[in-house]
Amino acid sequence: MNATMAQAINQALAGEMERDGRVVILGEDVGADGGVFRITDGLVDKFGRERVIDTPLAESAGVGVAVGMAALGLRPIIEIQFMGFIYPAFNQIVSHVARLRNRTRGRFTVPLVIRTPYGAGVRALEHHSESTEAFFCHIPGLTVVVPSTPYDSKGLLIAAIRGEDPVLFLEPTRLYRAERQEVPDEAYEVQIGKARIAREGKDLTIIAWGAMVPLAERAAVRAAESGWSTEVIDLRTLSPMDRETIIKSVKKTGRALVVHEAPKTCGLGAEIAALIGEKALLSLEAPVLRITGWDVTPPLPKGEDVYYPNPERIFLGIKRLMEF
Amino acid sequence: MIERFDPFKGEKLRVLDETGTANKDLEPQLSPNDLKRIYAHMVTARTADTKAFKLQRQGRMGTYAPSRGHEACQVGTAFPLTKDDWIFPYFRDLGMYLTLGYPLSTYFFYWMGNEAGLRTPNGLNIFPLAIPVASQIPQAVGAGMAANIRKLRLAVVCTFGDGATSEGDFHEGMNFAGVFKTPNVFVCYDNQWAISVPRSRQTAAATIAQKAAAYGFPGVLVDGNDVLAVYAAVREAAERARSGRGPTLIEALTYRLSDHTTSDDASKYRTKEAVAEWEKKDPIERFKTYLIKKGLWDEAFEKSVQDASADKVEKAVAEAEAAPPPSVEDFFTFAYGSMTPNLKEQLEEAKTAKGDVR
Repeated sequence: MNATMAQAINQALAGEMERDGRVVILGEDVGADGGVFRITDGLVDKFGRERVIDTPLAESAGVGVAVGMAALGLRPIIEIQFMGFIYPAFNQIVSHVARLRNRTRGRFTVPLVIRTPYGAGVRALEHHSESTEAFFCHIPGLTVVVPSTPYDSKGLLIAAIRGEDPVLFLEPTRLYRAERQEVPDEAYEVQIGKARIAREGKDLTIIAWGAMVPLAERAAVRAAESGWSTEVIDLRTLSPMDRETIIKSVKKTGRALVVHEAPKTCGLGAEIAALIGEKALLSLEAPVLRITGWDVTPPLPKGEDVYYPNPERIFLGIKRLMEF
Repeated sequence: MIERFDPFKGEKLRVLDETGTANKDLEPQLSPNDLKRIYAHMVTARTADTKAFKLQRQGRMGTYAPSRGHEACQVGTAFPLTKDDWIFPYFRDLGMYLTLGYPLSTYFFYWMGNEAGLRTPNGLNIFPLAIPVASQIPQAVGAGMAANIRKLRLAVVCTFGDGATSEGDFHEGMNFAGVFKTPNVFVCYDNQWAISVPRSRQTAAATIAQKAAAYGFPGVLVDGNDVLAVYAAVREAAERARSGRGPTLIEALTYRLSDHTTSDDASKYRTKEAVAEWEKKDPIERFKTYLIKKGLWDEAFEKSVQDASADKVEKAVAEAEAAPPPSVEDFFTFAYGSMTPNLKEQLEEAKTAKGDVR
């Protein structure tokens, strides 16, 4: 069907719950309300309150109980209402979810999915525009996934639910209903850990994810008018990262620009720049550049346009790279 | 029985008084053999604990959290459990591990600095002990929720100290347990000290047990130096859990006779006199007096228990010390279900790494 990302994720959840009785959903307002973004719409009617569980308002316990559920053989999917509210659960994620396999040498694992809307650009309230993926990419044992299309969101989520490792599944709020795409009705997996070439090019490489991908694509169209051919990599999995695709592309183009909406300092762009330095230094025609959110607290809606990367800023980054 | 003791009135469940005399109304019906086994577990726990402390002082074990004084709490909690029940322990629970049949050498592995020590043998439902305080509580509740969803008839026990009751995860976990009526047994080993901070700095409530009322389920204060009281409370709470009657909070009031860990020096914040007062209430001595009164203890039995404990501990130490250190591969192999290209590369580099951090 022709679906938005919100619908595609809903389809993935419904299909996996249908297929596997061990899959349960828990979170705040995921039941009758269908989630504040309606991602779990209709699921409680279909699967009942025992498998679509409205929890008390507590993120740490939400993730903590998911760990215990996984220990007893369930496949929990927990929704954190906004990424800005995930921090109370940080201890559970870092101290337990990410490391249980290692600290028990494989005796216990936590195949669970933590879903959360993330990112700015929708004129949301304070604490509703967070993009702090780098915190989580720093944690060994955790897989961090960000789709940018309806098709990928369904396939990546199914892969996450079926996989053997815990996955933090970040859903770009801005893209939930931004576009429609043909999405197969049946289940399919998109491989975790594999990036997607969203646009092929030969002069420079943009590495982006989530809501930055369509902006990067728009900047690439504009760059083409200046005669610059831009390759856009949609990273899709932030950790463990598809280093091969990045390096292969940069070796081809010789120029790299990382675009993320998180603040610049210690953002994932720094990691990617270091990676390129380690693996492709001699292919570089210019330093790796980053177009990111500024190193400030994400502003309230009136200031959002100043903060958020846009096609113009990305284009200027391209220009700097090409004219270096 | 649990609901007969109102924590708001300061009522405490106690089977054995300090002279080891049993309250006949409350005395659990345990076979002589079971009573002797309980005693043996307590003695083995004490022997292993004393040994671990010495090993640390000799540089043969890492930082270790001693269990001295907690034997009634630990053995009393574990003894009524069945093999289907689960336990989510904290880091001071040696007697529980021994009672449930966790290999002592494996337990020592962990404290000697090897993750393999947390690899629970198959067939034992012991979740790896939690170091971040109270973080195991919501996990135990989640296991209870899963048991409800899967219609499994079992109890999920969770142990923690009095300090844990100040953490958010205690509140969140208890609250979930009440809301979802989970088959949980929460056992707080209230040893009155969270490192150097006394219980009066953890809570202004007269008891921890009474906190259960706020979550809509029963709480009971028990004498944590009376193994039969802990046993009776946990047995009843576990039965409540298994039969769908929801969670229970048990506060087992005891005392940490040791330092917090081998890196701590409790003499900085507690008087010798205070500790000596509690040494007199030693849970093993109290239970022994009870066994004597029942005609179940004599010198020959004591010797056999002591010898068997010493033997078990020596064998475990030898086995733990003979085990090879974890391989370089282990650190990398168990990060993810399958090794990532990045980790493969780092593993190769790690294999060539030489040197010693000291």
